[in-house]
Amino acid sequence: MRKMLAVVSRVLTAVSQKPTGRVLLATRNFANDASFDIKKCDIHRLEEGPPTTTILTREEGLKYYKIMQTVRRMELKADQLYKQKIIRGFCHLYDGQEACCVGLEAGINPSDHVITAYRAHGFTYTRGLTVREILAELTGRRGGCAKGKGGSMHMYAKNFYGGNGIVGAQVPLGAGIALACKYNGKDEICLTLYGDGAANQGQIFETYNMAALWKLPCIFICENNRYGMGTSVERAAASTDYYKRGDYIPGIRVDGMDVLCVREATKFAAAYCRSGKGPMVMELQTYRYHGHSMSDPGVSYRTREEIQEVRSKSDPIMLLKDRMVNNNLASIEELKEIDVEVRKEIEDAAQFATADPEPPLEELGYHIYSREPPFEVRGANQWIKYKSIS
Amino acid sequence: MAAGIVRGGLAGCGQQVARLLRRRFHRSAPAALQVTVRDALNQGMDEELERDERVFLLGEEVAQYDGAYKVSRGLWKKYGDKRIIDTPISEMGFAGIAVGAAMAGLRPICEFMTFNFSMQAIDQVINSAAKTYYMSGGLQPVPIVFRGPNGASAGVAAQHSQCFAAWYGHCPGLKVVSPWSSEDAKGLIKSAIRDDNPVVVLENELMYGVPFEFPDEAQSKDFLIPIGKAKIERQGTHVTLVSHSRPVGHCMEAAAILSKEGVECEVINMRTIRPMDTQTIEASVMKTNHLITVEGGWPQFGVGAEICSSIMEGPAFNFLDAPAARVTGADVPMPYAKLLEENCVPQGAEERPSSPRRPRGEPRREAAGAP
Repeated sequence: MRKMLAVVSRVLTAVSQKPTGRVLLATRNFANDASFDIKKCDIHRLEEGPPTTTILTREEGLKYYKIMQTVRRMELKADQLYKQKIIRGFCHLYDGQEACCVGLEAGINPSDHVITAYRAHGFTYTRGLTVREILAELTGRRGGCAKGKGGSMHMYAKNFYGGNGIVGAQVPLGAGIALACKYNGKDEICLTLYGDGAANQGQIFETYNMAALWKLPCIFICENNRYGMGTSVERAAASTDYYKRGDYIPGIRVDGMDVLCVREATKFAAAYCRSGKGPMVMELQTYRYHGHSMSDPGVSYRTREEIQEVRSKSDPIMLLKDRMVNNNLASIEELKEIDVEVRKEIEDAAQFATADPEPPLEELGYHIYSREPPFEVRGANQWIKYKSIS
Repeated sequence: MAAGIVRGGLAGCGQQVARLLRRRFHRSAPAALQVTVRDALNQGMDEELERDERVFLLGEEVAQYDGAYKVSRGLWKKYGDKRIIDTPISEMGFAGIAVGAAMAGLRPICEFMTFNFSMQAIDQVINSAAKTYYMSGGLQPVPIVFRGPNGASAGVAAQHSQCFAAWYGHCPGLKVVSPWSSEDAKGLIKSAIRDDNPVVVLENELMYGVPFEFPDEAQSKDFLIPIGKAKIERQGTHVTLVSHSRPVGHCMEAAAILSKEGVECEVINMRTIRPMDTQTIEASVMKTNHLITVEGGWPQFGVGAEICSSIMEGPAFNFLDAPAARVTGADVPMPYAKLLEENCVPQGAEERPSSPRRPRGEPRREAAGAP
């Protein structure tokens, strides 16, 4: 039966029309939800941590799967476009870390705020932008979310403050956003992300101090993917317990490859912050398959065996898929269908990102100042002038 | 009540006095209201805090200490902990927090105790604040004000005396203003706070206690000075002196002395460093045919260098009868000893009584083209 289903499914996906497949699947009965055990989080200055079991509904599972798969394929497409020299400059890819951005988003509201560093494409998507806008920004076209003016590291959306290129600078910014949340009294919080490398920046400790002093509703999230560029955590930090580095700020260490673990930890931390108790530190233990950026093959400071081991044992998409299939929340075919949809979306987006024209030269001077009457901006010499409008 | 030299006092007091003065003396010639630069800044911030509840002030000692230089005196008492925030000594941290708050829709005033300390936070000013609107393709404005005393003070030595006008003036995306008089201070700080862009306000510690006549319109709660517009403080025909901040005063003194010798200086108070009001300077040079720039900062790659360059590139070049000259700070880190320090900054005429003909920093008669 299984073999037959597999054959049928293959034929159907080749034809790439859905109706017949849907009829087949509709006759199957899936569970509405299932309960899962999740890894216990290490805690610092807390009496108890997030729960160790959680319920995943079928609907949630399919959603998380699709989003993670979209981020995965989008990043791989970016890799491809970069090697074709259609994307240039900096490109820091997020594949391997999908459970982080998806789990975090699942634990907060759209009205909450997120800010991260330069490995930002995943968050840009989970915060509401389309793959089209993201890829077109990477290729530097006018259809990009920043009109081609920002590139990989400078993508913004509602309640998403980038994309920041200076390592660690986004952490005080995030606390400032949290200050605004508290100032406005609207029960919103800010997720402020940084990496294991950035965790050694002095301004982060300045920020910990002020956030704790003023009880800012800020979750400091260290995405520990074990390497700051080419420097492993053991070679960079005297203490690699990043969840404890906030000292007087409570912390939790979370399995960042498990989307459910991330979700529960986020809900836990968010509730803490919303209650007015102040900030919390959350360390997500995760892994990036690519090197630091597209100019880094990623194998001079770590082994291929290590990368392969994580891929085969801890891949976040695989973990979710196995859970769902083994607990009758979805079928393999259904998930494959989602894969097909995702591939198509990415393909269309890549087409657009490749074909869309670059921003017009006349707009080089635009967006210097906000809400300003038009003025002139000097070009590369005194006779070249560009108009600047806001 | 005398013609009312209003010194110090709580914010708002100056305004009450102003109203009182106007009521009492409306029949005779109105007495001139004198307001110090400090009080003008205080008034400006107070009015904007009152007008828009998104405005708040943060920095070291701004609240309970009333401000390291008492510029924010009385504000914490009036507005409380939420709006006037004392920070720990963490420039990079609190400047970043201020920028983040601005991104999220508040309108912070971030005080640096002096701009020397802003160097620790300069990444937040430039990379997080100035460039963001452009990098985001117009999605993310950053309505923030960075303010504090800039440049040389008296006897504070090298690490506390640097002028940052050229450094901040260099960067697209920032606006940079440099008030001289009380009127400048009030009008510019209010415009800066209402501006939706990052504005650097370069004050001057030695000017804080100096009183100026406060014109009627400056006493209004909606008194604004447009950013990007210079003011001609004194009309003249023989030479154009262009300056910003405290040296404007020195130019006025020099102009008074030269006037007695038959040389009429036109003194331009830049008020804004970026965007620079090149047009006003050009129009003046086309009239006087001579240009001297006067600033407190170091000469190389400075404000004066930029002015001279701009004049060369524009229509005014053909009207110059002599090369433009620059009066600047000396090209050394600021020394401590009084004699040395005095010779490191442009001097006003009366401060050098020993050479009334050619006080330090005063334009030379030859350069001025006087017979």
